[in-house]
Amino acid sequence: MNAIAQTSTVAAIDPVTLTVVEKGLQQVCTEMDLVHEKTSFSPVISEAYDRSNGIYGIQDGRMISQGETGLPIFLGVMQECVHSVIKERAEHLNPGDVIIVNDPYRGGTHLMDVKMVMPFYYKGKLWCYLANAGHWPDTGGMVPGGFSTTATEIHQEGLRIPPVKIMEGGVLVQDIVDFVLANIRVSEERIGDIHAQIAALRAGERALTALIDRYGLDVVNDCVAEIESRAETMMRAHIADIPDGVYSASAFIDSDGVVNEPLEVALDVTVSGTGITFDFSRSSKPCRGPLNSVWATTQSAVFIGMKHIFPNVPMNAGCFAPLTVLRPKGTFLYAEYPRPVAGCSAEVSQRIMEAVFLALAKAIPGKLFAAPAGTSGNLSLGGFDPETGEHYIMYYFSGGGYGGWWDGDGISNGCSTIGISKSQPVEILEQRYPLLFERYALREGSAGAGQFRGGMGVDYRMRLLRGEGTASFLMEHGRFGPPGVLGGEDGQPNRIRLNIQGREFEPEHLSKGENFRLLEGDYIDVGTPGGGGYGAAEDRDPQARTADERLGYHG
Amino acid sequence: MAVTIGVDVGGTFTDFLLVDTETGEIRTGKVPTTVDDRARGFLDGIAGLGIKPDEIRWLVHGTTAGTNAVLEHKGAKTGLITTEGFRDVLELGRRTRPYAYGLSGTFTPLIPRDLRREVGERMDAKGRVITPVDIEAVVAQAKALLAEGVESLVIQFLHSYVNPEHEIAAARAVREIWPNPYVVASHEIVREMREFERGSTAAIHASIAPIVSSYIDKVDSALKAQGFDHDLLIMQANGGMAAAPVIAEHAVHTIMSGPAAGVLAAAELASLAGYDNVVTGDMGGTSFDIALVTNGVPLITSEKELAYAMPIRIPMIDISTIGAGGGSIAHIDKAGMLRVGPESAGSYPGPIGYGRGGDRVTITDCNYMLGRLNPHAVTGASGDAPLAEIETALTTQIGTPLGLDAVAAAQAVIDVAVADMAGAIRLISVEKGIDPRDFTYIPYGGGGPLHAVAIARMLNLPRVLVPRYPGLNSALGCVLADVRHDFVQTINLPLAQIPAGQVDEIVASQIQAGKDLLAREKVVVNEVVLQHEFELLYRGQSHVLRIPAPEGAFDAEKVRLAFREAFLARFAIELPTMIPVLVNVRTTIIGRRDRISLADFTPKGGNEDAAFKGTRRAWFDGAWCETKIFDREQLPIGFVFHGPAIVEQSDTTLILDPGTRGEVDALGNIIITFEERAA
Repeated sequence: MNAIAQTSTVAAIDPVTLTVVEKGLQQVCTEMDLVHEKTSFSPVISEAYDRSNGIYGIQDGRMISQGETGLPIFLGVMQECVHSVIKERAEHLNPGDVIIVNDPYRGGTHLMDVKMVMPFYYKGKLWCYLANAGHWPDTGGMVPGGFSTTATEIHQEGLRIPPVKIMEGGVLVQDIVDFVLANIRVSEERIGDIHAQIAALRAGERALTALIDRYGLDVVNDCVAEIESRAETMMRAHIADIPDGVYSASAFIDSDGVVNEPLEVALDVTVSGTGITFDFSRSSKPCRGPLNSVWATTQSAVFIGMKHIFPNVPMNAGCFAPLTVLRPKGTFLYAEYPRPVAGCSAEVSQRIMEAVFLALAKAIPGKLFAAPAGTSGNLSLGGFDPETGEHYIMYYFSGGGYGGWWDGDGISNGCSTIGISKSQPVEILEQRYPLLFERYALREGSAGAGQFRGGMGVDYRMRLLRGEGTASFLMEHGRFGPPGVLGGEDGQPNRIRLNIQGREFEPEHLSKGENFRLLEGDYIDVGTPGGGGYGAAEDRDPQARTADERLGYHG
Repeated sequence: MAVTIGVDVGGTFTDFLLVDTETGEIRTGKVPTTVDDRARGFLDGIAGLGIKPDEIRWLVHGTTAGTNAVLEHKGAKTGLITTEGFRDVLELGRRTRPYAYGLSGTFTPLIPRDLRREVGERMDAKGRVITPVDIEAVVAQAKALLAEGVESLVIQFLHSYVNPEHEIAAARAVREIWPNPYVVASHEIVREMREFERGSTAAIHASIAPIVSSYIDKVDSALKAQGFDHDLLIMQANGGMAAAPVIAEHAVHTIMSGPAAGVLAAAELASLAGYDNVVTGDMGGTSFDIALVTNGVPLITSEKELAYAMPIRIPMIDISTIGAGGGSIAHIDKAGMLRVGPESAGSYPGPIGYGRGGDRVTITDCNYMLGRLNPHAVTGASGDAPLAEIETALTTQIGTPLGLDAVAAAQAVIDVAVADMAGAIRLISVEKGIDPRDFTYIPYGGGGPLHAVAIARMLNLPRVLVPRYPGLNSALGCVLADVRHDFVQTINLPLAQIPAGQVDEIVASQIQAGKDLLAREKVVVNEVVLQHEFELLYRGQSHVLRIPAPEGAFDAEKVRLAFREAFLARFAIELPTMIPVLVNVRTTIIGRRDRISLADFTPKGGNEDAAFKGTRRAWFDGAWCETKIFDREQLPIGFVFHGPAIVEQSDTTLILDPGTRGEVDALGNIIITFEERAA
């Protein structure tokens, strides 16, 4: 209440214009998201929504607004990316130029997330940058799709694109296009994705111009500043409700894919008044395999975690202003060239978030949940189908159980916490690939028990029907299950079992492994993690317990 | 007599519209919906129209019985028999969460896990049998489910959209022992790939079929007992009707049929008035429904979610909903920003103005505060709206935190709500690839006309068409609808690889199925119209584009060209190297009834003096303004008036801001256009 009273006295803009401009900026971003999604060829973008569009400031790339339908992982990443572009390229940019970049060390994630940045001019004067990111199915490298689990330097992971112009004065720079396409797999469809990303930026340009035309440049400028300060106020009001103190928690990565030892994300959260500091400096050293995280992703993971806890804070730079993430130099959460990073956005980010959840569950349990499955569950399979005479590459992502929360059980088969994408239907997968799913079921007994139990993971068996194939896995929580909170039990860990020519075994790294050769009739069993439990199991409502029995959730 | 009655049973009220094509007479009625026994309210309402059932020729009925049963999980006890290894498909969904941010929330599937049973059976994606269906196991599981008290059963096997033989065999066996007609195989409802979506649609159908059909039977037999001997027709979400004899197998199509009927009516009204491209805005107590009509035809979709993780894959008029209705609550959030909705005071306690104990500021209250709604004529209440109470609430809840007085606060709430509604229209248009700039805006529902002018202005729409009975639009849609059924079958092959004759065979069987259905419905139709559509995409893409099937026998090359053209028109991209894939073949069969010409029902009489009810102080553009009030019933055809003005009628209030011109057209619609504002 105090916070509100304070802001209202400073506010000079009328409240209606403020709300309307805020929503208007959001709509510009959503419009870009829609255009991007509808015209993309990458199924990762069109089906899995693995893309993001937004508006960023001209000084330091701070987020003015970003689409709510964009993939969460890009929450903090995009402003870092735009910042890099501004630092390195701002003076060379002119109207009609578009920059392409995918360098993880310059405000990025993994190489597959290709960003485009376009300066936006209003009446001839630079006003902001419009930018987007889209996950391309391939950017070259040692494995199709880019999710190698054994790379030891970035150059094995794919083509690294520094900020260069892909469009100059409104004309596609064919040299760059040709150069990029020559270095990636299934390149024919990527020209469609390039067009889709540019079309989205152009749609944003039109919509934003119309918005500023309507309300006037000064009013929109005032609103942008005010909206940012309001979001900050709101986040600070939330933080003020967290008791001051230091809260520590750790989350563990099974292995880096190369060295079979766990990595620790060690977090100390310090809450002081309306500010909060995240210190990861006790975390493990940089690793050899691709489970390092770049700074933009580490920071973004913290932002997403806080947004999951306080979902109603508007998406702009103000939302993050009260959050100080200390740069964890010397740890695997601050990867520098040439460390491999393919696993950072899909997996390491989710462990970072888990540490945030577990730490804050100690401070404000009434607003938290136990750990979710927190893995994207990547399974990729490449091969040749003798029936169609074609080569194929399949990426399959599966969900897992969410943690029990303050007023209910966790959702079963929820999406990764960094994503919002749907899994593909079995009927479609079986049409496209020589596969037979023999089981696609709730994983009984996987939920962490608790007053509010976790959600269940998925239990599936996939059999190769024809030809030969090569399977790779990039999953997590194979060594330890997602932790419960407040006395709740942990969910079951991820489990992969292969059956190749009658020999049944688990990958050495449990949740990761590469290039397992499958022949006709061989199969893979995967059980994804269940969510952690919230509160002690003995406090569970007896009726809920009976229902669990009746429904066979415990197996 | 040639009487047609449209009946729309809503959540709160049931609306009736009677038209007599011989006399040109129109009668309207409104009774509270009797939720405990919906048939009773229906029959009372018919009686209230002063007509005997044996005088009715057509009776068309839109009902929410099914929609509400699904949303409230109050459907029939339903079971599932499915492919071994896949009983959890309905509960797993597609790995989603309710909102992008926030990890709380729950999901309860329509069919609980203990009533989902598996049997040995498997087809591959080409429809070849891998494991034959174990009919003994099917029967044993069906008996076990019956013993559990299951009333309605879904049989769904993987890949039944390619080859439904296993489903057919299993359904045949179960139907022999099942004590009622409520056994459905998933391919009978929707023959499309995607096991979760097809299963969800079948589960929705099964859980409401017994409810919808016993309700319709009850109404039908009661009417028959009173001498009605024609067709009871039921509105469907696709904007067409089905007859009572086939409703048990079409129950799922009644979902959201009321709103669909409203859009249909709007499309028809606009066409008659000479406008083919329309945005509709139906504002009720809790929500604002938006739809688009292009070239006179409402956009149809088959990709709706009824609720979180509850997709429904039937062709429906494409209606999008946001939480902005008269009862939507205004509040200041933690950042000090003014927000309106989605929380709603509903109809109980409702707005403060209704005097039923509501104490939070709603959109309706703001309209009272600004003099736009008549405080002496409160919906469903005998007393006046408590203006002093509204003013206090506005001041404390909204005004003080924003530094505004009560009137400015009320205007601020309306402005934010209008921006939300206009913004939603804009985004929905973009999503459909439509630029609505030259579209006509048609507001209806109790709240639609209140904000129509402001919304149209914000979107730069050239005109607003306010129907004569904005509160009865869905009932009007029922009166106008034709019989309609849709069929879909998945092919999912590159155009070049489709075996000769396959598409023509599918189309022929869809036509036959449609004609058989019309024959069983026994509805008298003048003309049978067939429409065929293809859904295609380029291999690698996920979103299909629907195009009309080129005339004549299937010709892959013609289809390829038509698709390329449609793709270019929609996305402005040509992709000559990409491989076009034919995903679905769709057929729609329409049985046209005798056309009811709305032109026969033009308002008669009325004159300006009788229409002028006096003035009321209302707030426009930052000042109080003594505003003319007109009685809609008395407005003569051709009457022209200018804003600021308020037009009142029993079911709604229309606001004309300054700078607008209203005219009553020949059909009794009010057409509003914008003028240059007076300085």
